[in-house]
Amino acid sequence: MRTYSEVNEGDRSNLLGQVTAQRERVTARLATVSHVVAVVSGKGGVGKSLVSAGLAAALARSGRQAGLLDADLHGPTAARMLGVRASGLAVRDSGVEPPLAACGVRVMSSDLLLEEAAPLAWREPGHERFVWRGALVAGMLREFLADVVWGTLDVLLVDMPPGSERLDTLAELVPRLAGVVVVTIPSDASYRAVRRGVEAARAGGISILGVIENMAGYRCGGCDTAGPLFEGDAGERLAREAGAPLLARLPFDPGLQSAVDRGEVGPAADALTAAAQALIAGLSRSDG
Amino acid sequence: MKFLCIECDRQMGFAERELPGDGTLAAVFTCPACSRSVAMLTNPMETQLVASLGVQIGGRTVPEQPFELTRSTVEGGRADAFADAPGQAGGRPVWDEAARERLSRVPSFVRGMVQRIYADYAAERKIAVITPEVMDTARRELGLEGM
Repeated sequence: MRTYSEVNEGDRSNLLGQVTAQRERVTARLATVSHVVAVVSGKGGVGKSLVSAGLAAALARSGRQAGLLDADLHGPTAARMLGVRASGLAVRDSGVEPPLAACGVRVMSSDLLLEEAAPLAWREPGHERFVWRGALVAGMLREFLADVVWGTLDVLLVDMPPGSERLDTLAELVPRLAGVVVVTIPSDASYRAVRRGVEAARAGGISILGVIENMAGYRCGGCDTAGPLFEGDAGERLAREAGAPLLARLPFDPGLQSAVDRGEVGPAADALTAAAQALIAGLSRSDG
Repeated sequence: MKFLCIECDRQMGFAERELPGDGTLAAVFTCPACSRSVAMLTNPMETQLVASLGVQIGGRTVPEQPFELTRSTVEGGRADAFADAPGQAGGRPVWDEAARERLSRVPSFVRGMVQRIYADYAAERKIAVITPEVMDTARRELGLEGM
């Protein structure tokens, strides 16, 4: 009896071909996107999504065509932060039109697909779910990349979920991942957690484009003075060790946080204007 | 996976796919030489494993729709998440009342996509009115899973 390798009379299922076609759709869609940049951290609660939204808005404000893909499928926030949570998605033969935020950023987030407060859940048999959930999440991310009509973009920021495991998925899906922006808070605990993410990125051959230290002190909304919040210098240490620029040190600002929660990303964009310019400069250097 | 007819030493070809609705799948393969058929039966877990990859045993019968995997697998999506434009096929068919009622029972999150597929199917075959019978035929011919 012939073996699997010896039987090659054509396979109508061609599952490998179907998977290859999916990958080619991602490549075709991103052909008009100059740079795909992942925003990562090694842990949750460091303000990565706020930084992503603010950075995207700052890029748009500086005249760049910017998009924001919220890859935190289970904890999406980007649509609300950019004020497009209520938007519907127009589906055409060419793909799914992403909402355009008032700040000029094109946005895609699972928040646009889910009812208020509803968790991301799957129609599936009720046992052994762990076996395929990873594949479903990766498939959803693939569709966000391939099926959204991103158009011509200078930068597509991808707000990654906490941790580093999904970065591998993104790096495999995206033909040319420009690199990552790393977000941390100053504390030593954050340094140690985020460093793992940095090492994971470097091990995968992914460039570290810069580090942003969030909650670097506390800005009093009443008297506009700044004070300490966390001990530590995680941002500087991570940037130094990665050989990457420290793009920004953002103090915790309750007013800025409240504005973002209301879908007003302007103050965050203000705070990240210089970081956006430095990011663009770094991307231009790497292009050259 | 491949199926080999040992007697004929020929690879069996995919013939049809059936989804009984209990989460399982049946795929029929036939020998091109002796016409003997075998059915591959997968349990719900195996069926879901393949579906999670966004691929179809037997190959695709209609082009992959935007967000197809997301829309067909996410549970309880927002009712007004999508506004589906008509497909490319010209000559929009009319839906009769029974077909419209049946379509209304499709979860709204995925309804627009299903509607596009049926409408394209009818338009491409110059079918002016979509009835439940047309939907059944399309479902069988296109192998529409869960639609």
